[in-house]
Order: sequence, then C-alpha cells, then structure tokens
Amino acid sequence: MKELLEIYLLFFKMGSVTFGGGYSMLPILRREIVEKRAWLTEEQVMDFFAVSQTLPGLIASNVSVFIGYQRRKTPGAIAAALGVVTPSIIIITLIASLMQDFQNNPVVRHAFKGIAICVCALILDAVISMWKRGVKDWVGVLITVTVFTLAVFTQVSPVWLVLVSALAGVTVKRAGEGKT
Amino acid sequence: MIYLQLAWEFMQIGLFAVGGGMATLPFLQRLGERTGWFDQQLITDMIAISESTPGPIGINMATFVGYNTAGVFGGIVATLAEILPSIIIVVLVSKSLARFSSSKYVTYAFYGLRPAVTGLIAAAVVSVFRTAVLDFDLYQQTGVLSDLISLKYILFFAIMLAGIRKFKKSPILYIAISAMAGILLKF
Repeated sequence: MKELLEIYLLFFKMGSVTFGGGYSMLPILRREIVEKRAWLTEEQVMDFFAVSQTLPGLIASNVSVFIGYQRRKTPGAIAAALGVVTPSIIIITLIASLMQDFQNNPVVRHAFKGIAICVCALILDAVISMWKRGVKDWVGVLITVTVFTLAVFTQVSPVWLVLVSALAGVTVKRAGEGKT
Repeated sequence: MIYLQLAWEFMQIGLFAVGGGMATLPFLQRLGERTGWFDQQLITDMIAISESTPGPIGINMATFVGYNTAGVFGGIVATLAEILPSIIIVVLVSKSLARFSSSKYVTYAFYGLRPAVTGLIAAAVVSVFRTAVLDFDLYQQTGVLSDLISLKYILFFAIMLAGIRKFKKSPILYIAISAMAGILLKF
C-alpha cells in the first residue's frame, strides 16, 4: 500500500510539472525513475516512450501505466494513471470555472484572440514536424492528402479514417513483401 | 444521462486517438459538431489553456471539455474515461512487450497511421484557422466578404509561425507573447 501511494504521488508530481505534450515528461521522468530511484534503466524508459506512441491513447497516460505496471503490476498501473491525471483535473477545473466569470471582460477577450491565433500557428508547426517525420513516400502523401480532404469536406468519423489507414499500411507493406 | 454519454464518447477517443494529446483534437471537434455540447470557440480556448497550464495537453483538454459540458463531475468522468482504454491496453501489452514491439504488423499499421494522423491534425488546423485567424465577427456585422480576411490577424499568424519554427521555444512563451500582443493591439 505504501508503495502504491509512492507511485501515485510520484506521477502526481509528473502531471503537475509537465507542460504541453506527453513527450515533455521525458526529462523529469528520467531524473526521477532512472537517476533518483533506479526503478528502471534508461533504455527501458526510452522503450516505454517508443511503444507508448504506437498505442492508442495519450502518451502521458500510456507511459505512466507502463512504469506503474512494471513496479506493482495492475494496481501500480492504476495508481500511476490516476496520479498523472489528478493535477490536470484540479487545475483545469479551477481555470475553467474562473474563465466563465472573465469571459466577457474585453481585456481577457483581446488576450484570448491573440492566443487563439498563436494556437493555430502552434498546431500547424506540429503538423509540419509530423509531416517531415512520418510521411516518407508517395503512399504516405496519398494517405495524408486523402484523410485531410475527407476530414475537411465530409462528416466521416476520424475513427474510420484511422482504421482504414492502418489497414492500408498493412496491405501496402504486405504487397511489397511479396515482391522482394 | 449526460455522464454516461460523456464516458462513452471519451472512451472512444481514448481508444482511437493514436499519437498523443494533439491527436485527440479532431475527435473533440467532431464531438462538438455532432452533439452541440460546445462550439469551435471553446475548442480554441481549450487548446490555449491546455498548452499553457501544467499537465499533459491531452488530459487537460479532456478535463476542460468535460467540465464545460457537464460541470466538475463531467470533467472527472471525461478524463477517467479517456485514459481507461490506455490502462487496459498498456497492461495487456506489458505482459508481452517484446513480442508487440517486434511485430511487423505493428510497424506496417504505423506506416499508414502516421500520415493519417498528420492529415487529421492538418484538417483541425483548417477549422481552428477559420475561427481564430479569419474575422468572422466583422464579416457577420458587415456582410462584406473582404472583411472576413483580416490583414492584421494573418500577419500576426505568419510572424508567430515563423518564430515558432525558427526558435523552437516552449509554447508557453509564444502564448504569453500572443496574449500581450492581443491586449496591446486590441485584437
């Protein structure tokens, strides 16, 4: 029980010092898990991050569950997952409730308009990086353009686009296998 | 029963959004359109707040949308529902990690998934751009199509994008600068 509480509190700490994507957890995670506690090796942590990206769900919760499970099986996994989301639930609930009071304040509106434009640029930046990293040949270009077009101009659920693309990836790669 | 609906919707997002927090964005947009629980304006506020406060962005977005749909308990339900599939899947994979990561079918699926996620998030940029950078407020007042395109906003967007690509600083810095610019230039 004591160790489960330790896992919960450790991931609570991770959740409260992470800003942005789940990847920004990596440096703190390494310091706490590898250097301070020696729960895992550097390679194990990197493996968990790599596999977490390839699984459904948020990277932050995936990585937490991996490490929690490694320590104390399923109870450890649950403790880690609950720990990493608790700070978000508290902080975001507070901010969202305050926002309703400030929403009609003109200064706040101007600030949020500026932020909204910035957010748009931030997501576009993420897309450009993903394009450079993940789209490597004409099949990739074709999938990206098709999914983009369908998502912008039709009401198709992203669920289908994700499923069909994964299937397309397997089909194309298997066909390529036959040739070599 | 709004909580059950929220739980069901967010469990699906947790199951099908592959590739981290930003990958949940297209799902959240579609959820808003389909249910009418929240609008596009709330989505841009959501991203801004989730990027600039502590906590992984995907978890923050789930809490924010849940709270705005059904209050404090809604935020809790949405967040927990979104990570539930992750807990189940990762525990299962942990039991046979070596086999999973060396499976060629996983690699093959990702060959198709990465471009798909890129396309989905690019589509999300288009709809955020519509509300954030184009001046729909002014256009609705005047009905003149040229009012839709605000040179001020587009210029600011281009400058921010160039800065983000060039300097690679933390998003919080850019968000803080943009908030100041918004107030000073009366966006």
